[in-house]
Amino acid sequence: MYAVFRRELFSFLSSMVAYITIGIFLLVSGLLLWFFPDTSILDYGYADLGGFFSLVPYLFMFLIPAITMRSFAEERREGTYELLITRPITIWQIIIAKYLASLVLILFSLIPTLVYVYSLSKLGFPEGNVDSGAIIGSYIGLFLLGATFTSIGLFSSALTKNQVVAFVICAALCAFAFLGFDYSSQVISLQNIEGFITNLGINQHYNSISRGVLDSRDLIYFITASCLFLFFTKLVIGGKR
Amino acid sequence: MSILVKNLSKHYHNQKAVDAISFEVKPGRILGFLGPNGAGKSTTMRMLTGYLEPTSGHAEIAGRNILTEAIEAKKYTGYLPENTPLYTDMYIKEFLNFVGQAYGMKNLTHRIDEVIKMVGLTPEQHKKIGMLSKGYRQRVGLAQAIIHNPDVLILDEPTSGLDPNQLVEIRALIKALGKNKTVIISTHIMQEVEAICNDIIIINKGKIVANDSLEGIKKSNNNNSLEAIFRKLTA
Repeated sequence: MYAVFRRELFSFLSSMVAYITIGIFLLVSGLLLWFFPDTSILDYGYADLGGFFSLVPYLFMFLIPAITMRSFAEERREGTYELLITRPITIWQIIIAKYLASLVLILFSLIPTLVYVYSLSKLGFPEGNVDSGAIIGSYIGLFLLGATFTSIGLFSSALTKNQVVAFVICAALCAFAFLGFDYSSQVISLQNIEGFITNLGINQHYNSISRGVLDSRDLIYFITASCLFLFFTKLVIGGKR
Repeated sequence: MSILVKNLSKHYHNQKAVDAISFEVKPGRILGFLGPNGAGKSTTMRMLTGYLEPTSGHAEIAGRNILTEAIEAKKYTGYLPENTPLYTDMYIKEFLNFVGQAYGMKNLTHRIDEVIKMVGLTPEQHKKIGMLSKGYRQRVGLAQAIIHNPDVLILDEPTSGLDPNQLVEIRALIKALGKNKTVIISTHIMQEVEAICNDIIIINKGKIVANDSLEGIKKSNNNNSLEAIFRKLTA
């Protein structure tokens, strides 16, 4: 399993996928956070990263499908999947190895943004006056959100041999999981179960963790959602034999 | 018994790609797996290597059931899929290292050099797989199949697309490997079968139509050429 994990991470690093997606992610988040007046912290006047944390899920909706779209789609199209599955490793090991490799890449994209936290704490008055609880919570929330999006991405990639189709399916599923439930709950006929429906969406749980309160229910939600999509991936991949 | 297949079937909806075939191969024998395109050769090989799941039937590799002891069975199998899929973005040694690790091998450097020499990749060994010609890719495919020194080798059209010089070299290599392993190769080239195979199975529309040694099959068909026998049985 470690071999597959290494190979997967290697292919991200050698194929420029890693550099381009992480680079664009940092560029866009940096521009929006510090430069464009509408969203800039400097113009906002408060030492607060809330804007950044509400923006990143939308960037992840495009970044993560770009990372995960090739994982199974390309292997199946090139036929190298046959090479992989005939090794003495289980399908679960392959899925987990690919999942972890993508997660590492997402972690790599989040680590440089710690610079923003540092800059922010320097900007605070008095210096260092930031809501560190909320920031730590938000990072945990972002990572869990990224983990869930990644499992959705693997599932989408397993569905098709076409990477573009995998990208679109993943972006759509992520967008729906993040916002769709909130919007559906506003439909008049569903308003009596509004609370239940918003609870199914990622946004609700992400916001709750972002406040800096690590509730076990939110944690369980993200872990369940990730496992569910990894399980679907296994069903799709295993069923195609 | 190195390979044992009993009533193995693969159905797609109501089409029988492989229809209850049974055969065995002993160690030290090279089995030529012949048949027209679409006869079920690749499907059978894919089932034996664990890529496809059989609809029904039973098969063993080196005494390990391919369904209940799949991981164990795969450890004893070396497989070269049709069209030789490879990770073209990797360097040869890097790729062989990955394959070796997937089999849980340690101290790979020495073994990789050994295998590279065996398949004749030495002049190209520092290249990326994507830069190699078809013949050299085929050798990388062979190298990844034998790196863990498996008891059973399953090679799906290992010589397709090679030039005559490469053909001779690869055949000699397969023949050498066949001395102490069990080898199944599928091919469309009859001279190749005569050159390297000990036993022959001809499969047509998912069913075995001939299963004998090379001499046996010729004797029972009035010493006709293999090509004539093939055409008679599968036309």
